Amino acid sequence: MKILVFVKRVPATTARIRVADGLRMDPEGVEFVLNPYDEFAVEEALRRKEAAGGDATVTAITLGPPEAQKELRTVLAMGADEAILLTHSDAAFLDAEATAQVLAEQAEQRGPWDLVFFGKQAVDRDQHGVGPSVATRLGMPCLSEIVELEIADGKATARREVEGASETLEAPLPCAFTCQKGLNEPRYASLKGIMAAKRKPLETVQVDLPPAKVEVVELAPPPPRPPGRIVGEGAAAVPELVRALREEAKVL
Amino acid sequence: MSTILALLETRDGKLRPASQEVLGAARTLADARSGRVVALVTESAGDADASLGGFGADEVLVASGERHSPDGAAATAARVARETSAEVVLLAATVRGRDLQGRIAALLDTGFASDCTAVDPESLVWTRPVYGGRAVAKVRVVGPVAVASLRGNHFPVVRREAEAEVKEIAPEPGQAHVVTVEAKQSARPDVAEAARVIAGGRGMGGPENWHLLERIADAVPGMALGASRAVVDAGWRPHSEQVGQTGKTVSPELYVAAGISGAIQHLAGMNSSKVIVAINRDPEAPIFQHATYGIVGDVNEVLPALAEELEKQDLQ
Ligand SMILES: Cc1cc2nc3c(=O)[nH]c(=O)nc-3n(C[C@H](O)[C@H](O)[C@H](O)COP(=O)(O)OP(=O)(O)OC[C@H]3O[C@@H](n4cnc5c(N)ncnc54)[C@H](O)[C@@H]3O)c2cc1C
Ligand SMILES: Nc1ncnc2c1ncn2[C@@H]1O[C@H](COP(=O)(O)O)[C@@H](O)[C@H]1O
Repeated sequence: MKILVFVKRVPATTARIRVADGLRMDPEGVEFVLNPYDEFAVEEALRRKEAAGGDATVTAITLGPPEAQKELRTVLAMGADEAILLTHSDAAFLDAEATAQVLAEQAEQRGPWDLVFFGKQAVDRDQHGVGPSVATRLGMPCLSEIVELEIADGKATARREVEGASETLEAPLPCAFTCQKGLNEPRYASLKGIMAAKRKPLETVQVDLPPAKVEVVELAPPPPRPPGRIVGEGAAAVPELVRALREEAKVL
Repeated sequence: MSTILALLETRDGKLRPASQEVLGAARTLADARSGRVVALVTESAGDADASLGGFGADEVLVASGERHSPDGAAATAARVARETSAEVVLLAATVRGRDLQGRIAALLDTGFASDCTAVDPESLVWTRPVYGGRAVAKVRVVGPVAVASLRGNHFPVVRREAEAEVKEIAPEPGQAHVVTVEAKQSARPDVAEAARVIAGGRGMGGPENWHLLERIADAVPGMALGASRAVVDAGWRPHSEQVGQTGKTVSPELYVAAGISGAIQHLAGMNSSKVIVAINRDPEAPIFQHATYGIVGDVNEVLPALAEELEKQDLQ
């Protein structure tokens, strides 16, 4: 069984985001981490491999700058067998569809895959798109934002939380998934895993970027919120709050 | 003539709230571009079909398969977009909508803009928060069709006297299917959809105090309950109520944060709310920097007083 997991290097959620030239994030001094949702994807891939036993393998793939080696080593330390780093000279300008195009081409060449895992969202551009798009390009069904997964008899059954409801989905294998918090508890890399990761194969491939499908015309800090005010202290402030909500803000 | 294709979600024969906004936004774009709004429903919308004209549709296409299929719905949308030479494909940035946008873009060989909070009708430049709201991007789709999903509570709903022509079309088959949809039993709206939210954090002290928030939610029409991650991780509240980076992104008119410190990952999920109220006993809590109105105080005192005051106003 061949399992593929897509991971991305992203700024830590606590990192201050500065804009460099009105168009891109300035990476200077920013701490980068493995995308939190991709941890769920990696964990699920590893569990499926362990359940399958035998010669099942987990391959991790990323498109990113050379520094993304660090995140791939983390994934290898967690237990993946091999990693592929697709690099190019201009990570900052990549949009979801161009990313999906490159990733799908590479996945296709190296396939076929039995199971494919993505995070539901990369917490940089917050696009929620690469997983379903890559799956579409590979001609695979994709169950997205899943919080439960069962695989049996050539079929995947998964659950996801939608607005005000819970949905159960089914698809035949091979199948792709995008992973939401709640699916599992990602493991930490053990010391042994970290040592082993150093000897695992990490292939680096230089790729050409397709033309961008989304052009960024401006990147800016969020507009400042209109200054707020403390209406008072304790229960005594409540009547003034309600008055302000009704008469000033008009939200009640 | 320019076609704006609005891909809509229905449940139990009713148009979902976020899709009402999608139709409203489609109407705005169509009016600015002398175009028309074609609405596409990929599930039997029942009674909803006929009413879509009133929400802004000129024409309604019903491609109802028996069960929702993500890949099937995307293929149907892509086919209709080609057939109608759509200039824009709009959908809601809901779980289902987010699932479809990348697929439709892939099938149409174009780009997409996800979770948009605004659009310029002339230039079709889309505004979208990125990095969990720590920056805002303006983007233009370069491909032949602009696919975009819209964040809830940012686009006006249109109500007008109009009938739309309803046509049945064939749905495309898909490999994946939704086999069951279990609606939550709660009478309250989902936090991701609600126009008003009251959320509790660790400062609430424990799950036994949630009745304080529930009483307020009962007094305010359409108010949903939300929670911080600390509270969800502690098992006080279900993950479906979590607001933030690893929870839901909400953008209500009113967001009340009670006993929530305002960590950056929490802000990521709610900082595009129109009015933010913070109730916290620590005057230095970061949430106050983002609040429109703040009360420094103990939730155990402030919330009962707030409930009483709201009940007096008789808002229901
Ligand atoms: C990758 C990542 C993702 C994350 N995702 C999310 C997310 O999606 N959502 C999220 O919320 N967090 C998220 N977090 C966690 C976040 O960093 C905070 O830990 C969390 O938001 C804190 O929750 P809290 O405000 O309820 O608790 P605390 O930070 O403990 O704050 C409690 C607040 O209550 C106040 N208080 C205490 N008692 C009272 C009282 N009696 N009356 C009034 N006020 C009182 C205190 O002054 C304090 O400000 C994430 C973290 C990481 C690293
Ligand atoms: N550059 C990338 N390299 C590898 N995987 C990616 C990349 N960008 C996105 N992904 C995958 O797609 C998911 C969704 O990303 P996005 O659509 O950007 O929110 C991520 O959680 C990853 O699993």
